[in-house]
Amino acid sequence: MSRAVRSKPARLAAPAVLAVVTLFAGACNASSGSEGTAADAGPPKPGGTLTFAVSSDAGCADPQQVGSSDTLYSLRETVDSLTDQDPGTGKTVPWLAQTWEVSPDATSFTFHLRPGATFSDGSAVNAQVVKDNFDAIPQLGALAILAKGYVNGYAGTEVVDDLTAKVTFKQPNAQFLQATSTAALGLVSAASVRKTPQQRCSDGVLGSGPFVLSKYVPNQSITLTKRTGYGWGSSLWTKPGEAYLDKLVFTVIPESGVRAGSVQSGQVDVVAGIGRADEAGLKASGVGLQSRSHPGVVFNLGLNNSRPILQDLRLRQAIQAAVDRRQVVDAVFPSGTQPAAGILSRTTPGYTDLSADLAFDVPKAKSLLDSVGWTVAADGIRQKDGTRLSLTVVWFSNADAYRPALELIQQQLKAVGVDLKLKELQVAQFPQLIQTGDFDVLWGGDLSRADPDSLRTLYSTQLVNAYRLPPSPLDALLTDQAATVDPGKRVPLVDQAQKLVVRNAYVIPVVELETVLAVSGNVHDVTFEASSRIRLHDSWRS
Amino acid sequence: MRRYVALRLLQAIGVLWAAYTVSFLVLDYLPGDPVSAMAGAGLNSSPVDPAHLAELRAQYGFDKPVLVQYFDYLGKALHGDFGDSVATGRSVTGTIATALPQTLQLAGAALLLAVLFGVGLALTATYTTQRWLRQVLLSLPSLAISIPSFWAGLMLVQLLSFRARLFPAFGNGGLAGLVLPAVTLAIPTGALIAQVLAKSLLSTLDAQFVQTARAKGAGRVRIHLRHALRSASLPALTVVGLLVGQLLASAVVIETVFSRNGLGRVTASAVSVQDIPLVQGVVVFGAFVFVVVNLIVDLIYPLLDPRIVGTGRRSFA
Repeated sequence: MSRAVRSKPARLAAPAVLAVVTLFAGACNASSGSEGTAADAGPPKPGGTLTFAVSSDAGCADPQQVGSSDTLYSLRETVDSLTDQDPGTGKTVPWLAQTWEVSPDATSFTFHLRPGATFSDGSAVNAQVVKDNFDAIPQLGALAILAKGYVNGYAGTEVVDDLTAKVTFKQPNAQFLQATSTAALGLVSAASVRKTPQQRCSDGVLGSGPFVLSKYVPNQSITLTKRTGYGWGSSLWTKPGEAYLDKLVFTVIPESGVRAGSVQSGQVDVVAGIGRADEAGLKASGVGLQSRSHPGVVFNLGLNNSRPILQDLRLRQAIQAAVDRRQVVDAVFPSGTQPAAGILSRTTPGYTDLSADLAFDVPKAKSLLDSVGWTVAADGIRQKDGTRLSLTVVWFSNADAYRPALELIQQQLKAVGVDLKLKELQVAQFPQLIQTGDFDVLWGGDLSRADPDSLRTLYSTQLVNAYRLPPSPLDALLTDQAATVDPGKRVPLVDQAQKLVVRNAYVIPVVELETVLAVSGNVHDVTFEASSRIRLHDSWRS
Repeated sequence: MRRYVALRLLQAIGVLWAAYTVSFLVLDYLPGDPVSAMAGAGLNSSPVDPAHLAELRAQYGFDKPVLVQYFDYLGKALHGDFGDSVATGRSVTGTIATALPQTLQLAGAALLLAVLFGVGLALTATYTTQRWLRQVLLSLPSLAISIPSFWAGLMLVQLLSFRARLFPAFGNGGLAGLVLPAVTLAIPTGALIAQVLAKSLLSTLDAQFVQTARAKGAGRVRIHLRHALRSASLPALTVVGLLVGQLLASAVVIETVFSRNGLGRVTASAVSVQDIPLVQGVVVFGAFVFVVVNLIVDLIYPLLDPRIVGTGRRSFA
């Protein structure tokens, strides 16, 4: 299997009208291939129904209000975005907008729409509806966390002419261009915009996408049918015009064993959410596995930098060196999962490989701890001035792999004299924990987004600052990259920021989580988009 | 008789109120709240601004003192209004009404199978004169009760859906989709019926009136079915009344294993995000069903045993 995450890193190519040349487009194929034998299936052919099993339902059929991948797999197909993002290069490319200009200070974005695109109720995709969409997003309810975050500081949209919309922000917002490629900012019709957020959730919305929502049964299924006459697809898609498949049925199957068995026995075609335990059986029965690392900030041990013990840089660096990421990944995560090689994952535009700083090095960890006065006591755990070097890691059991992973890390840290206690909490306690800061170490802290601005969201001391970082030059770097449109200038800033986060060991990067799909042998060309979710316009069945 | 019914109704109302109150207190005691649960559900996203959370709490009334919340909800519930689900925004009564048919189908089919097999097993076990066969048959229910439902369900799916491909592994579609979950649910239920009925039958068969009937020359089958079964079915009927509660509870597991979209799944997802209005609605509904079924069972007793109305109370359950 050609695994994307081992290929050369994608580089930042944040787009701007000035960026005529893609300076940073690496020769990178970030999406991995299928194990299926597409070669002998003949040429693609239209028609048929694809069934897709997911593990959960977000309870809402509006892509602007949903963050869960399980639900976005389907809803993504119902809306088009202004732009698309190339998963290989990270570059923003045309979709509904043919061209765009970004002001040098990254506060205003002018989109020139392609003519002729329509929503499924027949209304036109024009500048006015772009304005209607963006005007409504700040008023969306609790669920629209992603969309609201992308348009933070929204000042307004000017309808320059029928096909030209100018979106402005009160402060620089360079990440907005990449955000326009996400499902969260996918456009819905004016009629859908006028509905209340709750109506949009329960009835679904009308988009201009290659598929139309035909039925939503909460907790059970989402059914989409092909939009006939569709002809304004993303510039990344290979098939012009309509999609191949006639119908897509997304079924909620909560039990992972039942999901895996269903694709093995041919009761469904594609399954999302495959655990390590299911892999062998799937491979044996000829089902292909496809995977891609989530872009954005990797899964980590987030340290509370305001805890007295953890304020010590060398102690944090010692923990950094004591974790054997490769061992953790090989022991508990799906095969092919990559250990973290930086604070951003390999599939993130602008990623810097910092694996040298994250090398597993027990002697280094021990000498760092010795150097700051932590000496090994009789029980094997280090002490200093009567204090035991004991930390508690808080975790949430929303994936099977987390407990064994943490138990392994617990052993690794014990080997250098650090005591790590495990404390499981309910997901509902997470926001409160962030607010009170009552934790030593927090397991998780990843932020999936194909833009390095995810660093600012998590680590700027001017925002939520969940890990209680002290103010530092990092803040200025994060603010500057958010105001820098030219990729040639933004990449070095992002590179510096990654180095500061990793070398200061504010958090301990551990693993790049990945999306794993099981795809039945007669389904072809299910591809990953830059977010590591999927695209089904070009998919077909033999 | 009228006084008996009135008393039972009062008890029923008491049970409903207690179910409502206890579930409210338990949910309130849990760490976190529905708003946090919703925000936390997307762990893989940016930390949520505390001000935003506070605003939402105010919107749903979760910022008020617990007692005020309790009486707010209770007052509305008395008018049949259980509010809207926090997670989905749909009305609680609507959500329950949509999910109910799937669960009724499942529970009905399971109960039918359970009664058929439970009664059949009890009758066969007590009728047979083969000592070893009786021992084997009588030990089956204990075995069946100790099998965890999710394991039995996964085994059935594995064998009859993934291997033999006789039934679909998931979904609400049609009769074929009902077979595996109904059988899974019927296993512990039928076992319980068989256990109680067999025990009761065995003791009834030793009773004096049965010996009298036997002395009068009644045949074995007639004694078994006509004399003993009628009398022995009273405890079993009580058990069936209680089983309705168990069926609803088991639906949570069975519907998850078989991806059926019923009341059990609604309950499971509501509990996981601490969706207080929805959980309250489901609990009160479950208590309501339980109370009504047991009321019906109580009213059937006099038909089976006229002595019960004579004394105005019954000695079991």
